Amino acid sequence: MVDRPDVALDDLYREVVMDHHRRPRGRAPLGRVDATAHGFNPVCGDEVVIALALDGDRVTGVQVQGRGCAICTASGSMMAEMIPGHTAAEAEATAEAFRAVMHGAPAPAGAELGDLEALEGVRKFAVRVKCAMLPWVTLNDALKAWRGGSTEATSTTEAQEAER
Amino acid sequence: MAVTASPVVGFDPRALRARFPILGRQVHGHPLVYLDNAATTQKPDTVLAALASYYTTSNANVHRGVHTLAEEATALYERCRARVAGFVNAPDERGVVIVRNATEAINLVARSWGATLAHGDEVLLSEMEHHSNLVPWIMLARERGVTLRHVPITADGRLDMGAFALLLSPRTRIVSLTAMSNVLGTINPIAEIAAAAHRVGAVMVVDGAQSVPHMPVDFQALGADFLAFSAHKMYGPTGVGFLVAKPELLERMEPVAGGGEMIREVRLDSATWNDIPHKFEAGTPNIADAAAFPAALDLLDEVGMPAVRAHERDLVGYALERLRSLGWLQIHGPAEADARGGLVSFVDPEIHPHDLAQVLDTRGIAVRAGHHCAQPLMRRLDVAATARASFGIYNDRDDVDALVDGLAAARNYFGLANK
Repeated sequence: MVDRPDVALDDLYREVVMDHHRRPRGRAPLGRVDATAHGFNPVCGDEVVIALALDGDRVTGVQVQGRGCAICTASGSMMAEMIPGHTAAEAEATAEAFRAVMHGAPAPAGAELGDLEALEGVRKFAVRVKCAMLPWVTLNDALKAWRGGSTEATSTTEAQEAER
Repeated sequence: MAVTASPVVGFDPRALRARFPILGRQVHGHPLVYLDNAATTQKPDTVLAALASYYTTSNANVHRGVHTLAEEATALYERCRARVAGFVNAPDERGVVIVRNATEAINLVARSWGATLAHGDEVLLSEMEHHSNLVPWIMLARERGVTLRHVPITADGRLDMGAFALLLSPRTRIVSLTAMSNVLGTINPIAEIAAAAHRVGAVMVVDGAQSVPHMPVDFQALGADFLAFSAHKMYGPTGVGFLVAKPELLERMEPVAGGGEMIREVRLDSATWNDIPHKFEAGTPNIADAAAFPAALDLLDEVGMPAVRAHERDLVGYALERLRSLGWLQIHGPAEADARGGLVSFVDPEIHPHDLAQVLDTRGIAVRAGHHCAQPLMRRLDVAATARASFGIYNDRDDVDALVDGLAAARNYFGLANK
């Protein structure tokens, strides 16, 4: 006897989210790697490793690895799809816009969140916001390391969120 | 599959449930199925009443007043100490230090007894410890150059006793182990380990956070030197825990916090300490919650700890059987119910534990998902996280059935085949 649970669950796991979860993009290794970061969510143990290829200040490739829940995986998959072709500054602006939305603020004017909009429902599930943010705080770290001339960084969602 | 009565004779979890007001509530339109008892248990009405009664009739500070309320508050606070001493068969109530929780109790030992250790001395722990029995020792190792050793676990989640025998040496000064793993459920052979520890001159510290609430624990029979546990995991209030110790060891230890209550005489630049256990209880303690805790012990005594253990052993046996029958779960810990306490950790290889717990929550089922404050163990098991169902005296087989139905529903929700 298996019935479909609450509709509220569908706010979290929208079709677009489930599609990214089931077929995550950006898993393939990159030809060259200019920056990497390892992100860790100490609340749940989830891990994300981001590798970036850059041409000048333009991101040309993103690889997302690690183990996370459906929300974390989908968020990372969306990132892998959106970010290539964007400059580092644009990628950081997207991360910031997404963070604002996850914390209940309206998306900044002009911000294009694309599939990330499907994650809006995560806001109703406070403990899951960090799941959605983990790939993005890790991306920020990779870019910060790259700007600083280093290629590697490690961060946690706790540290990142606390910094703000 | 609806088996309602527990096979443990004379034990009716359904009847007990009526005494826990919170268990009457609904979650997302479903009756609450509370399976997170290893994190914290719910509180019976008698504990809630005792808490209210303390503040309504007896509230005062302890140990210093001569007025009636101060005398009553002191008596209630000290009654908690005496009840706890009796409950775990401590040699003497002077050996019961009232702290905030099991974590604080272990920290007290690590800081105070730990201060007698020197560079090259060893502390023996295990791979299955909770962070509360890892981090205090990591802090000690950093401060004093003490070496930490860890007993590995076997494939079925038990302590590797062969490795334990090899790791134990005359350099071992402290052995600190959980009596029951909060992730694997494994019940460890503490009495045997304590005897071995004593043969090399080490002291035995027991993390009883999971064992004391769920099975008979006799401090003296275990041969423990220190035993740490928390009231809130045994139907009592949050914010109260205990370090039970051999009084002669406490006598030799320095306090770790200074202030009121823990002193005998203070001058501007010197002080002498109060007697044990008070020298370890600086400042106004958590009087109200300590005063309320004996009501929880009354309930456990009424049921009887052997019956609690038999009931939870039955439930975990039933849960293992039903969870295995699903066919798609990885189940961690010993295969036999006799070797484990009333909890089971599992992973659906295709659904992250967080997502699983989220689906279960919409059905009113509370389980824990995450690393359970045991990150080294998660690494050893090669998982990021697990889901864990943990039982208490008010759970029954219907709760296990609800869990199993929920796990099947989760696969359905995520579009996965049931087998």
